[in-house]
Amino acid sequence: MKIKVKVNGAWREDEVEPRLLLVHYLRDVAGLTGTHIGCETSICGACTVLVNGEAVKSCTLFAVQADGAEILTIEGLAPDGQLHPLQQGFWEEHGLQCGFCTPGMILASYQLLKRNPHPSPEEIRQGLEGNLCRCTGYQHIVKAVEWAAARMSS
Amino acid sequence: MQAFEYARPKTAQEAVALLASEWGKSELLAGGSDLLSRMKDDVSAPQRIVSLSGVHELRGIAASARGLRLGALVTLDELETHPAVREHYAGIAQAVEQVGGPQIRNVGTVGGNLCQRPRCWYYRNGFGLLATYKGRPLVPDGDNRYHAIFGNEGPAYFVSPSSLAPILIALGASLRLLGPDGPRDLPVEQFFVTPKSEAEREHAIKPNEVITEVLVPPANGTKSGFYEILQKESLDWPLAMAAVALQMEGRRVEKARVVLGQVAPVPWPSAEAEEALKGKMVSEEVAEEAGRAAASKATPLSKNKYKVQLARVAVKRAVLLAAGLVKKGEV
Ligand SMILES: Cc1cc2nc3c(=O)[nH]c(=O)nc-3n(C[C@H](O)[C@H](O)[C@H](O)COP(=O)(O)OP(=O)(O)OC[C@H]3O[C@@H](n4cnc5c(N)ncnc54)[C@H](O)[C@@H]3O)c2cc1C
Ligand code: FES
Ligand code: FES
Repeated sequence: MKIKVKVNGAWREDEVEPRLLLVHYLRDVAGLTGTHIGCETSICGACTVLVNGEAVKSCTLFAVQADGAEILTIEGLAPDGQLHPLQQGFWEEHGLQCGFCTPGMILASYQLLKRNPHPSPEEIRQGLEGNLCRCTGYQHIVKAVEWAAARMSS
Repeated sequence: MQAFEYARPKTAQEAVALLASEWGKSELLAGGSDLLSRMKDDVSAPQRIVSLSGVHELRGIAASARGLRLGALVTLDELETHPAVREHYAGIAQAVEQVGGPQIRNVGTVGGNLCQRPRCWYYRNGFGLLATYKGRPLVPDGDNRYHAIFGNEGPAYFVSPSSLAPILIALGASLRLLGPDGPRDLPVEQFFVTPKSEAEREHAIKPNEVITEVLVPPANGTKSGFYEILQKESLDWPLAMAAVALQMEGRRVEKARVVLGQVAPVPWPSAEAEEALKGKMVSEEVAEEAGRAAASKATPLSKNKYKVQLARVAVKRAVLLAAGLVKKGEV
Protein backbone atom coordinates (compact mmCIF):
# COMPACT_ATOMS: atom_id res chain seq x y z
CA MET A 1 0.00 0.00 0.00
CA LYS A 2 1.18 3.50 -0.76
CA ILE A 3 2.33 5.82 2.03
CA LYS A 4 3.51 9.40 1.98
CA VAL A 5 5.70 10.63 4.82
CA LYS A 6 7.85 13.65 5.45
CA VAL A 7 11.17 12.34 6.71
CA ASN A 8 13.59 14.96 8.05
CA GLY A 9 11.88 17.68 6.04
CA ALA A 10 11.51 15.91 2.69
CA TRP A 11 8.33 14.20 1.52
CA ARG A 12 8.64 10.74 0.05
CA GLU A 13 6.21 8.17 -1.26
CA ASP A 14 6.72 4.46 -1.07
CA GLU A 15 4.82 1.27 -1.67
CA VAL A 16 5.01 -0.80 1.50
CA GLU A 17 3.52 -3.98 2.91
CA PRO A 18 1.16 -3.19 5.81
CA ARG A 19 3.19 -5.41 8.15
CA LEU A 20 6.42 -3.46 7.59
CA LEU A 21 7.54 -1.89 10.87
CA LEU A 22 8.34 1.82 10.83
CA VAL A 23 11.91 1.17 11.95
CA HIS A 24 12.48 -1.21 9.03
CA TYR A 25 10.96 1.33 6.68
CA LEU A 26 13.33 4.02 7.93
CA ARG A 27 16.42 1.82 7.80
CA ASP A 28 15.79 -0.39 4.79
CA VAL A 29 13.56 1.67 2.53
CA ALA A 30 14.62 5.24 3.38
CA GLY A 31 18.23 4.14 4.04
CA LEU A 32 18.44 6.02 7.37
CA THR A 33 20.37 3.59 9.53
CA GLY A 34 20.91 6.06 12.38
CA THR A 35 17.74 4.68 13.97
CA HIS A 36 18.82 1.50 15.75
CA ILE A 37 17.05 -1.72 16.59
CA GLY A 38 17.87 -3.12 20.00
CA CYS A 39 15.10 -5.28 21.40
CA GLU A 40 12.30 -4.89 18.86
CA THR A 41 9.88 -5.34 21.77
CA SER A 42 9.27 -1.68 22.80
CA ILE A 43 11.53 -1.88 25.82
CA CYS A 44 14.98 -0.46 25.00
CA GLY A 45 14.13 2.76 23.14
CA ALA A 46 17.03 2.48 20.65
CA CYS A 47 14.49 2.88 17.83
CA THR A 48 13.02 6.13 19.17
CA VAL A 49 12.08 8.69 16.51
CA LEU A 50 9.68 11.63 16.55
CA VAL A 51 6.37 11.27 14.72
CA ASN A 52 4.57 14.59 14.48
CA GLY A 53 6.82 15.86 17.26
CA GLU A 54 6.15 12.98 19.66
CA ALA A 55 8.73 10.40 20.67
CA VAL A 56 7.67 6.89 19.69
CA LYS A 57 9.29 3.48 19.53
CA SER A 58 9.44 2.84 15.80
CA CYS A 59 9.81 -0.92 16.29
CA THR A 60 6.26 -1.04 17.59
CA LEU A 61 4.48 0.94 14.89
CA PHE A 62 3.63 -0.10 11.36
CA ALA A 63 5.00 2.20 8.68
CA VAL A 64 1.42 2.58 7.42
CA GLN A 65 0.49 4.15 10.80
CA ALA A 66 2.86 7.02 9.96
CA ASP A 67 1.19 7.74 6.61
CA GLY A 68 0.85 11.51 6.25
CA ALA A 69 3.08 12.20 9.25
CA GLU A 70 6.29 14.14 9.75
CA ILE A 71 9.13 12.02 11.04
CA LEU A 72 12.36 13.23 12.59
CA THR A 73 15.26 10.80 12.88
CA ILE A 74 18.72 11.42 14.29
CA GLU A 75 19.95 12.30 10.77
CA GLY A 76 17.48 15.19 10.69
CA LEU A 77 18.91 16.86 13.79
CA ALA A 78 22.04 18.07 12.03
CA PRO A 79 20.89 18.64 8.46
CA ASP A 80 23.75 20.96 7.52
CA GLY A 81 26.40 19.14 9.52
CA GLN A 82 26.12 21.55 12.45
CA LEU A 83 25.56 19.48 15.59
CA HIS A 84 22.33 20.06 17.51
CA PRO A 85 22.98 21.17 21.14
CA LEU A 86 21.88 17.73 22.31
CA GLN A 87 24.36 16.03 20.05
CA GLN A 88 27.05 18.41 21.19
CA GLY A 89 26.07 17.82 24.83
CA PHE A 90 26.51 14.07 24.43
CA TRP A 91 29.90 14.80 22.89
CA GLU A 92 31.04 17.26 25.54
CA GLU A 93 29.81 15.32 28.55
CA HIS A 94 30.73 11.82 27.30
CA GLY A 95 27.07 10.80 27.16
CA LEU A 96 27.98 7.72 25.15
CA GLN A 97 30.43 4.90 24.93
CA CYS A 98 29.43 2.40 22.24
CA GLY A 99 26.80 4.80 20.93
CA PHE A 100 24.16 2.20 20.24
CA CYS A 101 21.52 3.80 22.46
CA THR A 102 22.51 7.37 21.55
CA PRO A 103 20.15 8.21 18.65
CA GLY A 104 17.19 7.05 20.74
CA MET A 105 18.47 8.80 23.86
CA ILE A 106 18.88 12.04 21.95
CA LEU A 107 15.43 11.95 20.40
CA ALA A 108 13.77 11.08 23.72
CA SER A 109 15.73 13.99 25.25
CA TYR A 110 14.56 16.21 22.40
CA GLN A 111 10.91 15.66 23.37
CA LEU A 112 11.80 16.08 27.05
CA LEU A 113 13.45 19.49 26.51
CA LYS A 114 10.65 20.64 24.24
CA ARG A 115 8.13 19.97 27.01
CA ASN A 116 10.36 20.97 29.91
CA PRO A 117 13.26 23.24 28.91
CA HIS A 118 14.80 23.24 32.41
CA PRO A 119 14.44 19.71 33.77
CA SER A 120 15.94 18.63 37.09
CA PRO A 121 18.24 15.57 37.03
CA GLU A 122 15.31 13.57 38.42
CA GLU A 123 13.03 14.79 35.62
CA ILE A 124 15.68 13.89 33.04
CA ARG A 125 15.84 10.37 34.43
CA GLN A 126 12.06 10.11 34.31
CA GLY A 127 11.93 11.48 30.76
CA LEU A 128 14.46 8.87 29.65
CA GLU A 129 12.93 5.93 31.49
CA GLY A 130 11.95 4.36 28.17
CA ASN A 131 15.57 4.21 26.99
CA LEU A 132 18.21 1.73 28.11
CA CYS A 133 21.97 2.16 27.99
CA ARG A 134 24.29 -0.77 28.61
CA CYS A 135 27.47 1.30 28.82
CA THR A 136 27.40 4.68 30.50
CA GLY A 137 25.62 4.12 33.78
CA TYR A 138 23.37 7.04 32.78
CA GLN A 139 25.17 9.66 34.86
CA HIS A 140 26.89 11.20 31.84
CA ILE A 141 23.68 11.07 29.84
CA VAL A 142 21.92 13.15 32.49
CA LYS A 143 24.83 15.62 32.37
CA ALA A 144 24.68 15.73 28.58
CA VAL A 145 21.00 16.66 28.66
CA GLU A 146 21.68 19.31 31.31
CA TRP A 147 24.45 20.68 29.12
CA ALA A 148 22.07 20.89 26.15
CA ALA A 149 19.32 22.48 28.25
CA ALA A 150 21.73 25.19 29.38
CA ARG A 151 23.00 25.77 25.84
CA MET A 152 19.50 25.91 24.33
CA SER A 153 18.26 28.49 26.82
CA SER A 154 21.30 30.74 26.50
CA MET B 1 4.45 -11.73 11.37
CA GLN B 2 1.61 -12.93 9.14
CA ALA B 3 0.55 -10.65 6.31
CA PHE B 4 -2.82 -8.92 6.67
CA GLU B 5 -5.16 -6.54 4.97
CA TYR B 6 -5.12 -2.98 6.36
CA ALA B 7 -8.34 -0.95 6.45
CA ARG B 8 -8.68 2.69 7.40
CA PRO B 9 -12.32 3.61 8.00
CA LYS B 10 -13.39 7.21 8.54
CA THR B 11 -16.24 6.58 11.00
CA ALA B 12 -16.86 4.24 13.92
CA GLN B 13 -19.83 2.81 12.01
CA GLU B 14 -17.56 1.90 9.09
CA ALA B 15 -15.08 0.34 11.51
CA VAL B 16 -17.81 -1.88 12.96
CA ALA B 17 -18.82 -3.01 9.47
CA LEU B 18 -15.22 -3.99 8.69
CA LEU B 19 -14.87 -6.20 11.77
CA ALA B 20 -15.51 -9.94 11.61
CA SER B 21 -18.20 -11.42 13.85
CA GLU B 22 -15.84 -14.05 15.29
CA TRP B 23 -12.67 -13.58 17.33
CA GLY B 24 -9.27 -13.91 15.74
CA LYS B 25 -10.12 -12.89 12.19
CA SER B 26 -9.90 -9.13 12.55
CA GLU B 27 -8.42 -6.72 15.10
CA LEU B 28 -8.86 -3.05 15.78
CA LEU B 29 -5.67 -1.01 15.83
CA ALA B 30 -5.44 2.11 18.01
CA GLY B 31 -1.84 2.92 19.06
CA GLY B 32 -0.74 -0.63 18.37
CA SER B 33 1.54 -0.92 21.40
CA ASP B 34 -0.14 -4.10 22.56
CA LEU B 35 -1.42 -5.53 19.28
CA LEU B 36 1.95 -5.34 17.50
CA SER B 37 3.74 -7.17 20.28
CA ARG B 38 1.18 -9.99 20.10
CA MET B 39 1.42 -10.13 16.33
CA LYS B 40 5.22 -10.29 16.40
CA ASP B 41 4.93 -13.35 18.63
CA ASP B 42 2.13 -14.86 16.50
CA VAL B 43 -0.16 -14.88 19.54
CA SER B 44 -2.56 -12.86 17.40
CA ALA B 45 -2.65 -13.26 13.65
CA PRO B 46 -5.58 -11.28 12.25
CA GLN B 47 -6.36 -11.42 8.54
CA ARG B 48 -7.60 -7.85 8.64
CA ILE B 49 -6.55 -4.90 10.74
CA VAL B 50 -9.00 -2.07 11.13
CA SER B 51 -7.09 1.09 12.01
CA LEU B 52 -8.97 3.66 14.06
CA SER B 53 -6.51 6.48 13.39
CA GLY B 54 -8.75 8.15 10.80
CA VAL B 55 -11.86 8.04 13.00
CA HIS B 56 -11.84 11.56 14.38
CA GLU B 57 -15.05 11.20 16.38
CA LEU B 58 -13.09 8.95 18.77
CA ARG B 59 -10.70 11.73 19.78
CA GLY B 60 -10.87 14.43 22.39
CA ILE B 61 -11.36 15.01 26.10
CA ALA B 62 -14.39 17.03 27.20
CA ALA B 63 -14.77 18.13 30.82
CA SER B 64 -18.15 19.60 31.76
CA ALA B 65 -20.74 19.62 34.54
CA ARG B 66 -21.83 16.21 33.26
CA GLY B 67 -18.38 14.78 33.98
CA LEU B 68 -15.54 13.71 31.80
CA ARG B 69 -15.89 12.31 28.31
CA LEU B 70 -12.82 10.54 26.96
CA GLY B 71 -12.76 9.51 23.34
CA ALA B 72 -11.40 5.99 22.93
CA LEU B 73 -8.43 7.33 20.94
CA VAL B 74 -7.31 9.80 23.60
CA THR B 75 -3.68 8.96 24.31
CA LEU B 76 -2.41 8.24 27.80
CA ASP B 77 -0.16 11.28 27.42
CA GLU B 78 -3.10 13.57 26.61
CA LEU B 79 -4.99 12.18 29.59
CA GLU B 80 -2.09 12.59 31.99
CA THR B 81 -1.47 16.21 31.06
CA HIS B 82 -5.08 17.42 30.82
CA PRO B 83 -5.65 20.21 33.38
CA ALA B 84 -9.20 19.14 34.37
CA VAL B 85 -8.07 15.55 34.82
CA ARG B 86 -5.17 16.61 37.02
CA GLU B 87 -7.37 18.90 39.08
CA HIS B 88 -10.50 16.82 39.62
CA TYR B 89 -9.46 13.25 38.95
CA ALA B 90 -6.02 13.03 40.56
CA GLY B 91 -6.26 9.23 40.71
CA ILE B 92 -6.53 9.00 36.91
CA ALA B 93 -3.47 11.21 36.40
CA GLN B 94 -1.52 9.25 39.02
CA ALA B 95 -2.42 5.95 37.35
CA VAL B 96 -1.59 7.02 33.82
CA GLU B 97 1.63 8.93 34.44
CA GLN B 98 3.30 5.70 35.51
CA VAL B 99 2.31 3.57 32.53
CA GLY B 100 5.36 2.40 30.54
CA GLY B 101 7.57 5.33 29.53
CA PRO B 102 6.93 8.54 27.58
CA GLN B 103 7.04 6.78 24.20
CA ILE B 104 4.39 4.26 25.29
CA ARG B 105 2.12 7.00 26.66
CA ASN B 106 2.41 8.93 23.40
CA VAL B 107 0.91 6.07 21.42
CA GLY B 108 -1.15 4.06 23.93
CA THR B 109 -4.83 5.00 24.00
CA VAL B 110 -7.67 4.78 26.50
CA GLY B 111 -9.54 2.14 24.45
CA GLY B 112 -6.37 0.13 23.82
CA ASN B 113 -5.37 0.28 27.48
CA LEU B 114 -8.71 -1.18 28.56
CA CYS B 115 -8.66 -3.86 25.83
CA GLN B 116 -4.97 -4.84 26.06
CA ARG B 117 -4.54 -8.56 26.61
CA PRO B 118 -2.91 -10.09 29.70
CA ARG B 119 0.87 -10.20 30.06
CA CYS B 120 0.81 -13.78 31.44
CA TRP B 121 3.95 -15.33 30.00
CA TYR B 122 2.22 -18.59 29.18
CA TYR B 123 -0.40 -16.73 27.16
CA ARG B 124 2.27 -14.62 25.44
CA ASN B 125 4.15 -17.80 24.52
CA GLY B 126 1.25 -19.51 22.83
CA PHE B 127 -0.34 -21.61 25.60
CA GLY B 128 -3.65 -19.77 25.38
CA LEU B 129 -5.36 -17.34 27.73
CA LEU B 130 -5.94 -20.16 30.23
CA ALA B 131 -2.35 -21.37 29.93
CA THR B 132 -2.77 -25.08 29.35
CA TYR B 133 -0.66 -27.81 27.79
CA LYS B 134 -2.46 -30.96 26.61
CA GLY B 135 -5.45 -29.89 28.67
CA ARG B 136 -3.39 -29.49 31.86
CA PRO B 137 -3.23 -26.04 33.52
CA LEU B 138 0.35 -24.80 33.64
CA VAL B 139 0.05 -22.03 36.20
CA PRO B 140 -0.71 -23.77 39.55
CA ASP B 141 2.52 -25.82 39.49
CA GLY B 142 4.42 -23.50 37.19
CA ASP B 143 6.14 -20.14 37.50
CA ASN B 144 3.22 -18.19 38.86
CA ARG B 145 5.10 -15.36 40.55
CA TYR B 146 3.20 -12.70 38.58
CA HIS B 147 -0.19 -14.41 38.59
CA ALA B 148 -3.41 -13.83 40.49
CA ILE B 149 -3.79 -13.83 44.27
CA PHE B 150 -7.57 -13.32 44.12
CA GLY B 151 -10.20 -14.97 41.95
CA ASN B 152 -7.68 -17.66 41.02
CA GLU B 153 -9.66 -20.83 41.62
CA GLY B 154 -9.22 -21.50 37.89
CA PRO B 155 -9.32 -21.99 35.02
CA ALA B 156 -8.08 -18.36 34.71
CA TYR B 157 -4.94 -17.38 36.64
CA PHE B 158 -3.67 -14.36 34.68
CA VAL B 159 -3.97 -10.82 36.01
CA SER B 160 -5.83 -7.94 34.41
CA PRO B 161 -3.06 -5.62 33.18
CA SER B 162 -4.79 -2.25 32.72
CA SER B 163 -3.66 0.58 35.02
CA LEU B 164 -6.61 2.66 33.93
CA ALA B 165 -9.36 0.15 34.71
CA PRO B 166 -9.17 0.12 38.55
CA ILE B 167 -9.37 3.90 38.89
CA LEU B 168 -12.16 4.18 36.31
CA ILE B 169 -14.14 1.57 38.23
CA ALA B 170 -13.49 3.32 41.55
CA LEU B 171 -14.85 6.53 39.99
CA GLY B 172 -17.95 4.78 38.65
CA ALA B 173 -17.11 5.29 34.97
CA SER B 174 -18.92 3.63 32.10
CA LEU B 175 -18.09 2.76 28.51
CA ARG B 176 -19.98 3.35 25.31
CA LEU B 177 -19.69 0.58 22.76
CA LEU B 178 -20.83 0.64 19.16
CA GLY B 179 -21.82 -2.60 17.43
CA PRO B 180 -23.85 -3.69 14.41
CA ASP B 181 -27.06 -3.14 16.45
CA GLY B 182 -26.11 0.35 17.57
CA PRO B 183 -24.60 1.79 20.75
CA ARG B 184 -24.81 0.42 24.27
CA ASP B 185 -23.45 1.62 27.62
CA LEU B 186 -21.76 -0.58 30.16
CA PRO B 187 -20.22 0.20 33.56
CA VAL B 188 -16.44 -0.32 33.27
CA GLU B 189 -16.75 -2.76 36.17
CA GLN B 190 -18.94 -5.05 34.04
CA PHE B 191 -16.59 -4.84 31.08
CA PHE B 192 -14.10 -7.13 32.81
CA VAL B 193 -15.09 -10.78 33.19
CA THR B 194 -13.26 -13.95 34.13
CA PRO B 195 -13.28 -16.39 31.21
CA LYS B 196 -14.43 -19.90 32.01
CA SER B 197 -13.16 -21.49 28.81
CA GLU B 198 -10.60 -20.79 26.11
CA ALA B 199 -13.43 -19.67 23.82
CA GLU B 200 -14.29 -16.79 26.15
CA ARG B 201 -12.59 -13.44 26.55
CA GLU B 202 -11.73 -11.36 29.58
CA HIS B 203 -13.68 -8.41 28.14
CA ALA B 204 -17.44 -8.15 27.70
CA ILE B 205 -17.11 -6.94 24.12
CA LYS B 206 -18.17 -8.63 20.91
CA PRO B 207 -15.64 -9.18 18.12
CA ASN B 208 -17.40 -6.55 16.04
CA GLU B 209 -17.86 -3.87 18.67
CA VAL B 210 -15.80 -0.72 19.13
CA ILE B 211 -15.38 1.24 22.36
CA THR B 212 -16.20 4.79 21.32
CA GLU B 213 -15.87 6.63 24.62
CA VAL B 214 -15.45 6.46 28.36
CA LEU B 215 -17.72 8.54 30.57
CA VAL B 216 -16.62 9.48 34.08
CA PRO B 217 -19.29 10.98 36.37
CA PRO B 218 -18.71 14.49 37.77
CA ALA B 219 -16.11 14.42 40.54
CA ASN B 220 -18.24 16.57 42.88
CA GLY B 221 -15.45 16.66 45.40
CA THR B 222 -14.72 12.91 45.28
CA LYS B 223 -11.07 12.47 46.16
CA SER B 224 -9.13 9.84 44.32
CA GLY B 225 -5.70 8.30 44.48
CA PHE B 226 -3.68 5.53 42.92
CA TYR B 227 -0.57 3.69 44.04
CA GLU B 228 1.39 0.95 42.33
CA ILE B 229 4.36 -1.13 43.34
CA LEU B 230 7.03 -2.09 40.83
CA GLN B 231 10.22 -4.06 41.07
CA LYS B 232 12.15 -1.17 39.53
CA GLU B 233 10.90 2.33 39.09
CA SER B 234 11.61 2.77 35.40
CA LEU B 235 9.66 1.10 32.63
CA ASP B 236 8.38 -1.88 34.52
CA TRP B 237 5.09 -3.68 34.90
CA PRO B 238 3.46 -3.07 38.27
CA LEU B 239 3.23 -6.07 40.59
CA ALA B 240 0.22 -4.71 42.47
CA MET B 241 -1.79 -1.51 42.31
CA ALA B 242 -4.72 0.08 44.10
CA ALA B 243 -7.16 2.81 43.13
CA VAL B 244 -9.24 4.57 45.75
CA ALA B 245 -12.14 7.04 45.50
CA LEU B 246 -13.40 8.69 48.66
CA GLN B 247 -16.49 10.77 49.30
CA MET B 248 -15.60 12.67 52.42
CA GLU B 249 -17.17 14.97 54.96
CA GLY B 250 -14.14 16.79 56.30
CA ARG B 251 -11.78 13.95 57.15
CA ARG B 252 -14.58 11.44 57.64
CA VAL B 253 -15.22 8.92 54.86
CA GLU B 254 -18.86 8.78 53.79
CA LYS B 255 -18.28 6.24 51.06
CA ALA B 256 -15.20 4.54 49.69
CA ARG B 257 -14.41 2.57 46.57
CA VAL B 258 -11.24 0.51 46.57
CA VAL B 259 -10.23 -1.43 43.47
CA LEU B 260 -7.02 -3.41 43.09
CA GLY B 261 -5.18 -4.16 39.86
CA GLN B 262 -2.64 -6.81 38.79
CA VAL B 263 -3.99 -9.17 41.44
CA ALA B 264 -6.86 -11.05 39.73
CA PRO B 265 -8.15 -11.88 36.24
CA VAL B 266 -10.36 -8.79 36.58
CA PRO B 267 -9.81 -5.47 38.37
CA TRP B 268 -10.61 -6.51 41.94
CA PRO B 269 -13.01 -4.36 44.03
CA SER B 270 -12.42 -4.85 47.73
CA ALA B 271 -15.67 -4.70 49.70
CA GLU B 272 -13.59 -5.48 52.82
CA ALA B 273 -11.41 -2.38 52.41
CA GLU B 274 -14.44 -0.23 51.57
CA GLU B 275 -16.14 -1.39 54.75
CA ALA B 276 -13.00 -0.72 56.80
CA LEU B 277 -12.98 2.89 55.60
CA LYS B 278 -16.66 3.74 55.83
CA GLY B 279 -17.50 6.26 58.53
CA LYS B 280 -13.87 6.56 59.67
CA MET B 281 -11.64 9.61 60.02
CA VAL B 282 -8.77 8.86 57.66
CA SER B 283 -5.47 8.37 59.41
CA GLU B 284 -2.41 6.24 58.87
CA GLU B 285 -3.92 3.55 61.12
CA VAL B 286 -7.24 3.53 59.27
CA ALA B 287 -5.42 3.31 55.92
CA GLU B 288 -3.35 0.47 57.30
CA GLU B 289 -6.50 -1.31 58.43
CA ALA B 290 -8.03 -0.90 54.96
CA GLY B 291 -4.93 -2.51 53.46
CA ARG B 292 -5.11 -5.38 55.91
CA ALA B 293 -8.81 -5.88 55.15
CA ALA B 294 -8.14 -5.83 51.38
CA ALA B 295 -5.50 -8.53 51.69
CA SER B 296 -7.40 -10.67 54.20
CA LYS B 297 -9.11 -12.96 51.70
CA ALA B 298 -6.18 -13.43 49.30
CA THR B 299 -5.47 -16.96 48.09
CA PRO B 300 -1.91 -16.80 46.75
CA LEU B 301 -0.45 -19.48 44.50
CA SER B 302 2.77 -21.38 45.19
CA LYS B 303 5.16 -18.57 44.20
CA ASN B 304 3.31 -15.29 44.72
CA LYS B 305 2.63 -14.89 48.42
CA TYR B 306 4.77 -11.74 48.31
CA LYS B 307 2.01 -10.06 46.30
CA VAL B 308 -0.38 -10.21 49.25
CA GLN B 309 1.87 -7.85 51.20
CA LEU B 310 2.27 -5.61 48.13
CA ALA B 311 -1.52 -5.40 47.71
CA ARG B 312 -1.87 -4.46 51.37
CA VAL B 313 0.68 -1.66 51.08
CA ALA B 314 -0.72 -0.42 47.75
CA VAL B 315 -4.18 0.00 49.30
CA LYS B 316 -2.81 1.77 52.36
CA ARG B 317 -0.80 4.24 50.30
CA ALA B 318 -3.57 4.84 47.76
CA VAL B 319 -5.93 5.72 50.64
CA LEU B 320 -3.42 8.18 52.09
CA LEU B 321 -2.85 9.73 48.68
CA ALA B 322 -6.57 10.03 47.95
CA ALA B 323 -7.27 11.64 51.31
CA GLY B 324 -4.44 14.08 50.71
CA LEU B 325 -2.62 13.01 53.88
CA VAL B 326 0.54 12.45 51.88
CA LYS B 327 1.73 13.71 48.53
CA LYS B 328 3.14 11.63 45.73
CA GLY B 329 6.78 10.98 46.35
CA GLU B 330 6.25 11.08 50.13
CA VAL B 331 4.73 7.62 50.52
C1 LIG C 1 7.20 -1.48 28.44
C2 LIG C 1 5.72 -1.37 28.61
C3 LIG C 1 5.19 -1.10 29.88
C4 LIG C 1 3.82 -0.98 30.06
N1 LIG C 1 3.33 -0.70 31.29
C5 LIG C 1 2.00 -0.61 31.47
C6 LIG C 1 1.42 -0.32 32.73
O1 LIG C 1 2.12 -0.11 33.71
N2 LIG C 1 0.07 -0.24 32.83
C7 LIG C 1 -0.75 -0.43 31.76
O2 LIG C 1 -1.95 -0.32 31.89
N3 LIG C 1 -0.24 -0.71 30.55
C8 LIG C 1 1.11 -0.80 30.39
N4 LIG C 1 1.60 -1.07 29.15
C9 LIG C 1 0.67 -1.37 28.07
C10 LIG C 1 0.19 -0.15 27.33
O3 LIG C 1 -0.40 0.73 28.22
C11 LIG C 1 -0.82 -0.61 26.33
O4 LIG C 1 -0.12 -1.36 25.38
C12 LIG C 1 -1.53 0.52 25.65
O5 LIG C 1 -2.28 1.27 26.56
C13 LIG C 1 -2.46 -0.04 24.62
O6 LIG C 1 -3.02 1.03 23.88
P1 LIG C 1 -2.93 1.03 22.28
O7 LIG C 1 -3.80 2.12 21.83
O8 LIG C 1 -1.52 1.05 21.84
O9 LIG C 1 -3.57 -0.39 22.00
P2 LIG C 1 -3.55 -1.32 20.70
O10 LIG C 1 -2.34 -2.17 20.73
O11 LIG C 1 -3.84 -0.53 19.49
O12 LIG C 1 -4.82 -2.20 21.04
C14 LIG C 1 -4.85 -3.12 22.11
C15 LIG C 1 -6.09 -4.02 21.96
O13 LIG C 1 -7.26 -3.25 22.17
C16 LIG C 1 -8.13 -3.31 21.07
N5 LIG C 1 -8.70 -1.97 20.92
C17 LIG C 1 -8.03 -0.81 20.79
N6 LIG C 1 -8.89 0.24 20.73
C18 LIG C 1 -10.13 -0.29 20.84
C19 LIG C 1 -11.45 0.28 20.83
N7 LIG C 1 -11.65 1.60 20.73
N8 LIG C 1 -12.50 -0.55 20.95
C20 LIG C 1 -12.32 -1.89 21.07
N9 LIG C 1 -11.11 -2.48 21.07
C21 LIG C 1 -10.02 -1.69 20.96
C22 LIG C 1 -7.27 -3.73 19.91
O14 LIG C 1 -8.00 -4.44 18.96
C23 LIG C 1 -6.21 -4.60 20.58
O15 LIG C 1 -6.65 -5.92 20.69
C24 LIG C 1 2.97 -1.16 28.95
C25 LIG C 1 3.49 -1.43 27.68
C26 LIG C 1 4.86 -1.54 27.51
C27 LIG C 1 5.38 -1.84 26.14
S1 FES D 1 14.12 -1.60 19.37
FE1 FES D 1 12.33 -0.51 19.70
S2 FES D 1 12.27 -0.34 21.81
FE2 FES D 1 13.99 -1.64 21.53
S1 FES E 1 26.46 4.00 24.95
FE1 FES E 1 26.45 1.86 24.67
S2 FES E 1 24.35 1.41 25.03
FE2 FES E 1 24.46 3.44 25.61
